[in-house]
Amino acid sequence: MRDFKPLPDLPPPTASTGAVGWARANLFSTPLNTLMSLGAFYILYIALVPLLDWAIFSANFVGNDRNACLTGGACWAFIGNRLPIFTYGSYPATEYWRLDICFALLVFSFGPQFFDKFRYKMQLGIFSLTAFPVICFFLISGGSFGLSYVPTDKWGGLSLTLTLAYVGIVAALPIGIALALGRRSEMPVIRTFCIAFIELWRGVPLISVLFMSSVMLPLFLPEGMNFDKLLRALIGITMFQSAYMAEVIRGGLQAIPRGQYEAAQAMGMSYWKSMGLIILPQALKLVIPGIVNTFIALFKDTTLVLIIGLFDILATVESAITDPAWGAVATEGHVFVAMCFWVFCFSMSRYSQNLERKLHTGHKR
Amino acid sequence: MADPIKTQGTSNQTKTAIWNDPTFRSIAFQVLAILVIGWFFYFIFDNTLTNRAKSGVTTGFAFLNSTSGFGILMTLIDYDETHTYFDTFIVGLLNTLLVSVMGIILATILGFAMGIARLSQNWLIAKIATVYVETLRNIPLLLQIFFWYSLLRTLPGPKQSYVPWDNVFLNARGLYFPSPIPESGFGLVTTAFVIAIVVSFYIIRWAHKRQDETGQPFPSILTALGLVIGLPSLAFVAAGMPLSFDYPVLKTFNYQGGMRIIPELMALWWALSLYTAAFIAEIVRAGILAVSHGQTEAARALGVRNGPTLRLVIIPQAMRVIIPPLTSQYLNLTKNSSLATAIGYPDLVGVFMGTTLNQSGQAVEIVGMTMAVYLVMSLTISAFINWFNAKMSLVER
Repeated sequence: MRDFKPLPDLPPPTASTGAVGWARANLFSTPLNTLMSLGAFYILYIALVPLLDWAIFSANFVGNDRNACLTGGACWAFIGNRLPIFTYGSYPATEYWRLDICFALLVFSFGPQFFDKFRYKMQLGIFSLTAFPVICFFLISGGSFGLSYVPTDKWGGLSLTLTLAYVGIVAALPIGIALALGRRSEMPVIRTFCIAFIELWRGVPLISVLFMSSVMLPLFLPEGMNFDKLLRALIGITMFQSAYMAEVIRGGLQAIPRGQYEAAQAMGMSYWKSMGLIILPQALKLVIPGIVNTFIALFKDTTLVLIIGLFDILATVESAITDPAWGAVATEGHVFVAMCFWVFCFSMSRYSQNLERKLHTGHKR
Repeated sequence: MADPIKTQGTSNQTKTAIWNDPTFRSIAFQVLAILVIGWFFYFIFDNTLTNRAKSGVTTGFAFLNSTSGFGILMTLIDYDETHTYFDTFIVGLLNTLLVSVMGIILATILGFAMGIARLSQNWLIAKIATVYVETLRNIPLLLQIFFWYSLLRTLPGPKQSYVPWDNVFLNARGLYFPSPIPESGFGLVTTAFVIAIVVSFYIIRWAHKRQDETGQPFPSILTALGLVIGLPSLAFVAAGMPLSFDYPVLKTFNYQGGMRIIPELMALWWALSLYTAAFIAEIVRAGILAVSHGQTEAARALGVRNGPTLRLVIIPQAMRVIIPPLTSQYLNLTKNSSLATAIGYPDLVGVFMGTTLNQSGQAVEIVGMTMAVYLVMSLTISAFINWFNAKMSLVER
């Protein structure tokens, strides 16, 4: 008796597998698609070739003045030459190590959070929200532990941008939570105050808030009492962003079903206990994307401090590109700052998407 | 005999410690809050008065009538140094509104295009849109404004202008193009336009009503479009084309005549539009994805063709999701236009809160007026969003 042996399957036609098949399915599936693909290829070609030539092939990477950049390409030598100023501002050169330690601590506090296997995420998170800012403040500001004092007008560059963003983020979250709870409070005075506060800050542009903090705050305070310019900017940014944060968190609070509130009350929990143990953990989890978006907005908004005369990374670059020793390097400077911001903002948004997926425990379909 | 334990229990209950009584607590907290806030505002108010008395600044809005004494780079109304501070307020406000409206139009077009492109089945188109969105929204707006401004300033001078079109010139001084000048009889065209809009409005209402009653659709949008374009064109021809152009002409150093968009406005306009378009693209994409695929399948099952499915089923439901965040993006764009002051475009913040404030020293009044303008705008828009949400929210059961 003979076994039934089916013939081996024919391979799929070459036109439907591999690169050709992929291109047919994704780029040339219909006449309209073909036309759009060809148009897009053409636009990419005429845009990317000069761009790559400018940015890489005819670019200059080393040198100390404008004579290094005569090929017509990008002058990255300028960035390399000024990198210390862009990073540290006018911080004294002999004290750079203090900022370096802070950068290292920053990487140490947030790097491991990206790895799923890392065990002490909670402890590290608490460290980065409490001890880390304190250590960095003493390191950067100095004046104690034998470190020389560095006044805030010497702070600048990327380190100032990160300082502004970090303090803003750490301060805006708790204030935002308090405002969101206040807005949903049953006490009319508290609720009215919170609504007025939130709507006032959300209704005006940040730049007018910064103007107000730099022009009007001295008017509001008694003679002789004055804040540091940096602190004034920080207060403005924090107030502004905490109003936005409050609205994001309120969205989360509203999304929690009423049964959760009632269940917490039925268990005899006090207001703060039911909020802290039942409502907020669920609400915050729901709005993580919104919170991170607020952080990203805050991080980008720190650039506005240049208008009130603080030297963040953008202001440092803006003043460096007018240096006659280098000629026309505005585009290079702007591209460099754009890349710095892009790296931070993009990784924050990716991290939030990752976190959202991981925390998406219940109600999954 | 009364049960001693029970008596104790009831007496305990009636004598709840007063600080454990929720009503008392809530009142106490609120009184405390009023006292703290009241003291805070009194403190600020008192200090402000003292400080101003010391520096000799008079309080009040009388300064608005004094002469400004400075010129402004770009004005939409008639203005020079002899006008008042109040005029600088109007000039700034109009400039802010101008760049906001221009930005909103461009950002909407670009944002919808990019949002739809991100959902395209064409891999390349979808990727280009993704790269656009992810790049532009992760870079600070102020940096983008500086970037465009510095690029525009590297353009050649007036004599080596780019001529992208007949009588359109682009150089470091700005973009020059012919300005239309209405001549006598142009009023007819304007009247025709207004009539067309009014008539279209009634046609659309009538068509809705008829469809509700009889189910008969009427191509009301197409009719309205035809009216709004056709009627003024007819009037234009009938009145003998009463329109001439003022062309920009190269004089010794610069172009004279025509209309000019200053580079500050152009940089701000592009930066605002490109930046906001990235956010609008995400809103549009989310709105389209929010309409469940079951809706498309249901329409197919009913035998509705592709075009009507999109027009009658998908888009109305997507717009319900899109419009509220879209409106708040418009508001953001308007507020972000205040960054104009960084490159010297004379908007409300730059002119009024900048130059006027420095000259007059009336910090409190000026900051208050500027913030009030933005507050009114944003409260109006959020009232609109609330109204829209209430009107469009799904009525269930």
